[in-house]
Amino acid sequence: MLDAIQRLGRVTLGFFERLGRGHLFLLQVLVSLPGIVLRPGLVLRQMYSVGVLTLVIIVVSGLFVGMVMGLQGYNTLVDFGAEESLGVLVALSLVRELGPVVTALLFAGRAGSALSAEIGLMKATEQLSGMEMMAVDPIQRVIAPRFLAAFLSMPLLAAIFSAVGVYGGWFIGVGLLGVDDGAFWAQMQDKVDLYDDIYNGVIKSIVFGFVVGWIALFEGSDTLPTAEGVSRATTQTVVHSALVVLGLDFVLTALMFGD
Amino acid sequence: MPEPVVKIRDLRFARGNRLIFDGVNLDIYADCVTAIMGPSGTGKTTLLKLIGGQLRPLSGSIRVYGEEVPHLGRQALYRLRRRIGMLFQTGALLTDIDVFENVAYPIREHTRLPEALVRDLVLMKLEAVGLRGAAQLMPGQLSGGMARRVALARAIALDPMMVLYDEPFTGQDPISMGVLVKLIRELNDALDLTSVVVSHDVAETCAIADYAYLLSDGKVVEHGEPDALRESSSDWSQQFLKALPDGPVAFHYPAVSFRDDLLQGGQR
Ligand SMILES: Nc1ncnc2c1ncn2[C@@H]1O[C@H](COP(=O)(O)OP(=O)(O)O)[C@@H](O)[C@H]1O
Ligand SMILES: [Mg+2]
Repeated sequence: MLDAIQRLGRVTLGFFERLGRGHLFLLQVLVSLPGIVLRPGLVLRQMYSVGVLTLVIIVVSGLFVGMVMGLQGYNTLVDFGAEESLGVLVALSLVRELGPVVTALLFAGRAGSALSAEIGLMKATEQLSGMEMMAVDPIQRVIAPRFLAAFLSMPLLAAIFSAVGVYGGWFIGVGLLGVDDGAFWAQMQDKVDLYDDIYNGVIKSIVFGFVVGWIALFEGSDTLPTAEGVSRATTQTVVHSALVVLGLDFVLTALMFGD
Repeated sequence: MPEPVVKIRDLRFARGNRLIFDGVNLDIYADCVTAIMGPSGTGKTTLLKLIGGQLRPLSGSIRVYGEEVPHLGRQALYRLRRRIGMLFQTGALLTDIDVFENVAYPIREHTRLPEALVRDLVLMKLEAVGLRGAAQLMPGQLSGGMARRVALARAIALDPMMVLYDEPFTGQDPISMGVLVKLIRELNDALDLTSVVVSHDVAETCAIADYAYLLSDGKVVEHGEPDALRESSSDWSQQFLKALPDGPVAFHYPAVSFRDDLLQGGQR
């Protein structure tokens, strides 16, 4: 019994210690962000590997999610004779929820895990130590550009996801099921609000980009420098990102739409 | 006697509850090759990281080029590190850029030299380690010995005053071992470097060292010129330097008596 309490205490302390380290890490990254304004090349290269290489999975998933929404939405709406609202349904769900959230989950799986594996391996092979000994700050040269790239890519990817999804829904609804083309777009234009819907969706995806980038890079840097440590870090990145994204999504939704 | 460039006094350092250094005193003089030898796990790598300011000691003084390393702020520490090259055990080359860019990396990071000059400098350093022809290879395509030579070229890219070598000979075949031994000595003499070689390869290290320290159990057990050390009367030094399997350092990891262990029956 005492043993169990002791263990619980140790685990709890360990958790808070790690949380503290994570925040210190974030602080270091944020402080060194201004320094990389002088080296946009570093960020652009990372945006390619973080953003562009994630594009395929985002486009394909967006298309299918939109198509499923078109199908499901049509079947529900047609009972009420409201199938012309399909455009609104598809667009709102994508822009407010599915775009930011699904993109963040996919992003964590594709780019986040790759980031933490890369950083973990750089640590395990002493590349980060080596930089430090060359008087180069690895936070500034390695971590910060990747963080910024993740942070900037996410809203763009989420926007692409939503846009492709809308076309997926349109293809099913208008193309195959015979919803009126004009009504589909007109209702969407009418009901989707720039501030309430699109801005809030963008804010969500910015927040998600921030936390996924943070988690991935912290897990990578904080890992034990062994093969086992690296594989653990990648798994943790995906699991923690998913949990944090879904939790934050609830909080943000409550704040934005819960009045 | 001139003032040493690295002067360590009463160094104490711990990992968790384990005291790794307990009162180490050590001097490194300019233009010499100083060897620091000891069995694996005694903290040789740790010592180099303490000298480079990547770790901070519990107590004691580490003075490098007159500066007290544990007290230096970031800026001052980075300024000091630019005068020190370090060769990591694994080479620690950046794996996403080729050999040329690896050697150019510190030059590009710390200077604003025109591209043509960077190129000349890099080729010069690569020529010094005999790998000018490998400039376009990626680190993954190099053998272990070549990777270490590239790392060496990178370590001397900014013309440091001192180079720290962490186990430069481990895992090398006899030929590349010979190449590295020769390179370390030649670079030391040609570039007026101060070299610190950390190693457990006794023969190779003694062959090029001007002075050697033997570390064990957190202490310097013996120091002197390599020839003098070999004549040493200490059992431990004799065992280590002559690679005897048993002696003060037991062949067996500490355990309960073999008899008791066998009689315990099925339990592990
Ligand atoms: N990051 C670390 N965390 C905890 N213990 C470590 C770490 N790095 C090294 N050690 C321990 O410190 C001791 C000295 O390690 P090291 O300096 O690498 O030895 P050497 O280079 O002489 O083989 C070893 O017992 C090792 O287990
Ligand atoms: Mg070592």
